[in-house]
Amino acid sequence: MIVFEQVSKRYANGRVALENVSFNVHTGEMVFLTGRSGAGKSTVLKLIALLERPTRGTVLVNGKNTRALKPRHIAAFRRRIGVVFQDHKLLADRPVFDNVALPLAVAATPLKEIDKRVRAALDQVGLLGRERALPQELSVGEQQRVGIARAVVSKPPLLIADEPTGNLDPDLSLEVMRLFRRFQDVGVTVVVATHDLHLVREFGQRVITLENGHLQGGGAPDSLPSVVATR
Amino acid sequence: MSLRVGHLQALLGSLGRLVRNPLSTLLTLVVIALALALPASLRLLVTNAQAATGNFGSAIELSVYFKTEVPLAKAQQLANAARARPDIAQVTLISSDQGLEDFRTYSGFGDALAALKENPLPHVLHVRPRAEATSAAALEALRGYFRAWPEVDLVQVDSQWVQRFNGILEVLRELLLMAAGLLGLGVIAVIGNTIRLEIAGRRAEVEVIKLVGGSNSFVRRPFLYIGLLYGVGGALLAWGIIALAMSLLGESVANLAKLYGSRFTLHGPSAEDVAALLGAGAALGWIGAWISAARHLRSIEPRG
Repeated sequence: MIVFEQVSKRYANGRVALENVSFNVHTGEMVFLTGRSGAGKSTVLKLIALLERPTRGTVLVNGKNTRALKPRHIAAFRRRIGVVFQDHKLLADRPVFDNVALPLAVAATPLKEIDKRVRAALDQVGLLGRERALPQELSVGEQQRVGIARAVVSKPPLLIADEPTGNLDPDLSLEVMRLFRRFQDVGVTVVVATHDLHLVREFGQRVITLENGHLQGGGAPDSLPSVVATR
Repeated sequence: MSLRVGHLQALLGSLGRLVRNPLSTLLTLVVIALALALPASLRLLVTNAQAATGNFGSAIELSVYFKTEVPLAKAQQLANAARARPDIAQVTLISSDQGLEDFRTYSGFGDALAALKENPLPHVLHVRPRAEATSAAALEALRGYFRAWPEVDLVQVDSQWVQRFNGILEVLRELLLMAAGLLGLGVIAVIGNTIRLEIAGRRAEVEVIKLVGGSNSFVRRPFLYIGLLYGVGGALLAWGIIALAMSLLGESVANLAKLYGSRFTLHGPSAEDVAALLGAGAALGWIGAWISAARHLRSIEPRG
């Protein structure tokens, strides 16, 4: 599902965010990406979602080489990836329903279908009935769940999350992680970047660790004996 | 089907956005409307002036003076030949005897004329061309026709004022084209700038839409509709301004025409004029929005 091959990323300002990083994630796997802030976690996710392109090396996602992808194919590429952000990036002036419906609207989904699937997604995150609320009327945890509903509403085969629990207390964090696990259970590949090692240990999934842009461990599914995938 | 729904949604969404900001929307619309109303009213001025000269055309006459030795029968024959021409509405023959009689009656020199041994006046044709043959070129052609006759001594046409008037109309028409071109560019600039501000205000939204896989055309769509609505709205407002001006001017123009013995009244914009106005507004709005959207949307890329 995801292959990083000797990937380096240097930003325009000269900062080297990743240096020769290689790992892969199998379809249906759930993987944690950990490391201190600035270690390169966000850069890895940006490279996956094609918000950035690698300076060197190859990134394959859903079988597509992100470096070779033409600009007009980027939109279709992104539709097959659900992204969850720490600051959830909801549109403040649109109700919950519109926010969640956005990935379906851009794919020209029929209105009836949009209605059905938005409700299903909101049901999955436990927010059915809040369709007409504006994001600021919701708690931080609820806003994050709206963000998750938006990421999964179009049923993408890949879900990536950047510090999805960064603003949440331990109970809510656990709840959000369980939610991700449920998506993995139905076949979705999940990559979660987090520095919450306590939470990571609790879930016992494979862990890819980055430090100062270098891979420290967990590069291949069978390379880390201590934390074996549960399935 | 779903694509059409998408367009409808974008259109309604854009409309809603404009209605939510009534004051700035109205100001922009007024600017666009004035820019469209100016060339449109210039065009009305030209078409009305043309219609007015069409009426004046009935007042244009050629006077054809025969040589004095031409007999009346010959003059009559030539008058009949002239009547057969399609560009001539009316030919009146004034014989030399009748001319002398008229002169005696109206000039007050009756007694002096009695002293003349013979009639010094020639036979004369008064020729009134058809209204559609009153252009300078048509009059010149008629004049040439009469002058070619060996029996004709002199042809008089009082057409200089018609030529001047047509010259003024020609200048106005060129002015109209220039004004339309410049103000059209102005409309594109105004709408482009409005769209630029609109995009800046919705930057976060554009980013998120691109992030969830919105194509460039999807992102562009609502802005193009905003441009289209501004253009059509401005054109409608321009139509309203013109209609108002016409109704205010109508009566005094009719009075003026009456003073000149004409039944001329102001002609409002025809259906084609209105269609052209709305079409121009729509096209300019769409173009302005397209240019602005292409320029400013490209620079917005989602950040992680």
